[in-house]
Amino acid sequence: MFQNIGEIALLFWRTVLALPLIWRQRAKVLDQFHEIGNASLLMVAVLSFFLGGVIALQTGPVLAERGLHSAIGGLVGISMAKELAPIMMSILIAGRIGSAFAAEIGSMRVYQEIDALRTMNINPVHFLVMPRLVAIAIGLPMLVTFAILVGWLGGATVAQVTTQIDVPFESFFENMKNVVGISEVLHGVFKSFCFAWIIGVVSCHQGLTTRGGPRGIGRSVTKAVVNSIVLIVLFDYVLTRLLLH
Amino acid sequence: MNDNGTTQHGVSVQVRGIRRSYGAQEVLNGIDLDVRPGEIFVIMGASGSGKSVLLRHIIGLEAPDEGEILINGESIHSVDVASKYRMALVFQSGALLNSLTVGDNVGLYLSEHRLKSPDEIRKIVLDKLEVVGLKGTEDKLPSELSGGMRKRAAIARALVIEPELILYDEPTSELDPVSSVVIGEEIYKLNKRIGVTSLVVSHDRDLAFGIADRIAVMHEGEIVALGSPDEVKRSHNPIIRKFIHADFKRQPKA
Ligand SMILES: Nc1ncnc2c1ncn2[C@@H]1O[C@H](COP(=O)(O)OP(=O)(O)OP(=O)(O)O)[C@@H](O)[C@H]1O
Ligand SMILES: [Mg+2]
Repeated sequence: MFQNIGEIALLFWRTVLALPLIWRQRAKVLDQFHEIGNASLLMVAVLSFFLGGVIALQTGPVLAERGLHSAIGGLVGISMAKELAPIMMSILIAGRIGSAFAAEIGSMRVYQEIDALRTMNINPVHFLVMPRLVAIAIGLPMLVTFAILVGWLGGATVAQVTTQIDVPFESFFENMKNVVGISEVLHGVFKSFCFAWIIGVVSCHQGLTTRGGPRGIGRSVTKAVVNSIVLIVLFDYVLTRLLLH
Repeated sequence: MNDNGTTQHGVSVQVRGIRRSYGAQEVLNGIDLDVRPGEIFVIMGASGSGKSVLLRHIIGLEAPDEGEILINGESIHSVDVASKYRMALVFQSGALLNSLTVGDNVGLYLSEHRLKSPDEIRKIVLDKLEVVGLKGTEDKLPSELSGGMRKRAAIARALVIEPELILYDEPTSELDPVSSVVIGEEIYKLNKRIGVTSLVVSHDRDLAFGIADRIAVMHEGEIVALGSPDEVKRSHNPIIRKFIHADFKRQPKA
């Protein structure tokens, strides 16, 4: 993976340079956008509801035992907003959408469709990469915002129904408000925006460099997902560090 | 004359000492060719002799290890050649975009480069599809077509470009005799109408001798014969004789 960092950075830069063409490619962006939303909305909802729930379940009884009922809302709220929603949704999307990018572009590469584009003087970065990257860069932060809200809901529900915690719905959110503000949510959403670029560029790059037949496509898909996840986790630490005031 | 009422001239193609190996395998062993503007140049040769690889080099998809390709005297890899000349390659496999309908595939060049309005493009697409005998398939996906139909759609896609250089990789290999003749005639007509330089790779002897101005025969990465159809037919080179006169030798029934 790391020997390709230069190529990946170059692809990123070429995509950025292609951004002025976005209006021309709007139909493709919208297509990809639908793909991302349709494929993931339900899964995001289920995943984040239970993520929020399980945090409440793990920490709630411990805190409640020590009389720290009022800390539960803030804890669930902040872990969901700043960390769990962005990273888990990005990993989910790497598996769902990064794999699709790599497979689609990889099969186009293997079956000479990209060569055909090039003979027609159509730039594959404009035609294939840029619309996908724009779609994921908008789509993933939206999904993460949604995931944060659902995660809170999950945490609050679990806190209310679990007898060992027993924090009512309203006071959960009341306590949360003291700790979690708009800047915490933006922190998470911003990180997911960066992760979206990572997933998009890594997966499209992997697709474009696919070699061999169907096995090559399979290999590309695996690599795209694994490399995206590794980079997401690394960048998560770096970004969190940088955003720490 | 083309649609604009101007005469288009094909480009010249010069292939200078092209060599290319994949790993240890030498696929092109020093190819020299001069294709004149506006001619129909047919390349014949056994399967695996490197014809498709040669076409990929000529259109600039791959760079040779040695030698160069000149389009009107300019290297195919120089920056502006790709935007200066319209070129098209009909891939052996068709290489249609599987995610687009046949109609969108055929109109892709015009729509991506915004050369015509959507209505005009639709009209041109329908017209070209009819020319290659694919009327009514514009809303189908490539996966819903037969191999030969895909090939013809790919030819329609190339015709739409109205190129100055067109490369056909075995345009008739999957077609029945009637469609083959139709495609052969289209290659010929396009050539006469807009003066496009046409390079045709084909095993189809009828097609080759029917439309070619000149024929080259490739064997193991080299050109072993080059000349007018008559000259090639009369060649005494055993490789060429074998290739051109190959036929079934069937035992007569007892
Ligand atoms: N990308 C590649 N990597 C490795 N070897 C290749 C590659 N492309 C072609 N070859 C080799 O080059 C040789 C020539 O291939 P090519 O496709 O040009 O043959 P061809 O003359 O077009 O044959 P056919 O008439 O069957 O299409 C073959 O032996 C093939 O194995
Ligand atoms: Mg071939």
